[in-house]
Amino acid sequence: MWLHRVLRTVRLGSKSLMLHKLRSSLTVLGIVFGVSSVIAMLSIGEGARWEQEQEIKRLGSDNIILRSVKPPEDRSMNVANEQVIEYGLKYDDLAQIRQTVPTVRGGVPARITRQEARFGETAIDARIVGTSPEFLKAVNASLDAGRFLAPLDDEEPVCVIGATIKGKLFPVEDPLGRDIQIGMDFFRIIGVMSVGGGATGAGSGVAAEDRNRDVYLPLGTMINTQGDVLIRRSSGSMEAERVELHQVIVNVSDVAQVEPSANSIRHILSRNHAKQDYEVVVPLELLRQAERTQRIFQIVLGSIAAISLLVGGIGIMNIMLASVTERTREIGIRRALGARRQDIVVQFLVETIVLSTSGGLFGLFLGISIPLLVQHMAGMRTIVTLTSLLLSFCISVSVGLIFGIYPARRAAALDPIEALRHE
Amino acid sequence: MTRAAAGGGAGSRNGAIVSIERLSKIYRLGGGEVRALDAVSLAIPEGEFVAIMGASGSGKSTLLNILGCLDRPTEGAYYLGGEDVSKLGDNALSMRRCRFLGFVFQSYNLIPQLTVLENIEIPLFYQGLLPRACRERSRVLAERVGLADRLDHRPTELSGGQQQRVAVARALANDPLVILADEPTGNLDSRTGEEIMDLILGLHRQGKTIILVTHDAKVATHAQRIIRLADGIIIADERREEGPDVVA
Repeated sequence: MWLHRVLRTVRLGSKSLMLHKLRSSLTVLGIVFGVSSVIAMLSIGEGARWEQEQEIKRLGSDNIILRSVKPPEDRSMNVANEQVIEYGLKYDDLAQIRQTVPTVRGGVPARITRQEARFGETAIDARIVGTSPEFLKAVNASLDAGRFLAPLDDEEPVCVIGATIKGKLFPVEDPLGRDIQIGMDFFRIIGVMSVGGGATGAGSGVAAEDRNRDVYLPLGTMINTQGDVLIRRSSGSMEAERVELHQVIVNVSDVAQVEPSANSIRHILSRNHAKQDYEVVVPLELLRQAERTQRIFQIVLGSIAAISLLVGGIGIMNIMLASVTERTREIGIRRALGARRQDIVVQFLVETIVLSTSGGLFGLFLGISIPLLVQHMAGMRTIVTLTSLLLSFCISVSVGLIFGIYPARRAAALDPIEALRHE
Repeated sequence: MTRAAAGGGAGSRNGAIVSIERLSKIYRLGGGEVRALDAVSLAIPEGEFVAIMGASGSGKSTLLNILGCLDRPTEGAYYLGGEDVSKLGDNALSMRRCRFLGFVFQSYNLIPQLTVLENIEIPLFYQGLLPRACRERSRVLAERVGLADRLDHRPTELSGGQQQRVAVARALANDPLVILADEPTGNLDSRTGEEIMDLILGLHRQGKTIILVTHDAKVATHAQRIIRLADGIIIADERREEGPDVVA
């Protein structure tokens, strides 16, 4: 019976609102925008969070990544001098880290160059990575076909290729067992990496590498075939540099030990290197930093949503107050026919809630389409969660409730005799 | 439950369904006192058709508001169905209006956005009747006042006489102890006015207690009893033995 009463009041309220369609729809615009921005905010935030999580997972939250960086002061000098510049991480650094930092479980060295990979007539720019068999596990990657490098492959002319390379060089045939040419040498393909590792980048603070264009060689093979000195020719000038290791992925035994280990490693490296020719990337730290940025982003969007909901609520209250004045006589009639004050309160409150909730529903649809649009236009990943939909729906109902109380109480407080006399 | 408290709905005091004793209503305006009603006593037995007459300012509206449980007297007692309602609170008065009283107003007072049926249903809704029962009862009532073919029309689509018929049906919806009619023919031409009076007389014949407020002597002659008010006191209370069927 109670339910019947509520349903009837809702029907009645909708009917009164439908009498002024334009007014009602203009009134709820604030709620529409408020609710849709809540949903949009949450889904964009959720998408960014998911993306970061994926990237951190790819980098490995228990990893510390050391990279060689060409020191800035050398860049201008060496072109003129045409000498071989030497910088970056050394084999000795890795050995020392392994010996002195007890929490370090392993270090995966890598030498990286950019070269053309060729099969028959087709060629593709590739990142050539000379590394050890542990690389696969350190970056949480997996294989589509064949196998990864094994300890016995060292110094053998074998390679594992990324998904993009496979697609370009071997669109139809099976790449396993084929030889591709890198520089002057040929390497037999023993495995193909799975798709993944593409850094979508936008919105996230963590830069992971695109591994689909990689070719992996055993470290020994790479040193044997290419030597330590890398020569790069570009528009008439020649650059030669000697880098022992381009990258080392240090794996730490426990996630809790990542930050202390990173500090120890920084300490060791700063003692070994006179110049800042390396960088230490800690995915865990990047994650924290990204979270902080995201929190600011959410506070900003959240306040925009809150303000538009507030404005929307005030608009609704304004219209309901006007409606109460307009319908003073109706209130008088209802009171004369036996409505108690609380019946009048309920009637106007339900009407306000119907108004704000219908605004909320429109906002819901708009809120679902905005993230889709953002995803399509800006290439940002967005995730609309059920929680965000429920939350914003509840918000729209409570806006109606909060901003409906005052007009409803005003309506109920009217003296029935005065109200009946009202023209 | 309220009906039981009031003595089974037909409860009465000294055989009167409406009884007021030394009832006063005093308004305080800018230091001065205005006695809109001054120690008025009156008893109306069940089934009586009473007309209350008086010029404007005589206190008849004030009396009607108090009899209609819309207002409370400053002094004195008002027994409705045997129960003193003069000191009840707002909610309790709403309940009495809802259960025991039916109103017919001069300006019909229908709710414009509702249909004929929905307007008749309003008192039933506040009584807490189920929608199906409401619908059925309001349909019966609409037929009773001759509006069976106008059930889904809005008030604005009806003539004044038809609107007042809806109002009469609505006043009957809760099967009230007393029907209070405030100048029910005031906005109608004389012919439709007569039709509405016939309808009200018909209700009287079926045993309804009716209190009619008017300043029109011609309308008042339909009643069994005419009470004249002036300056807040009853100046005349006459019974018409010839009965309501004689038109003056």
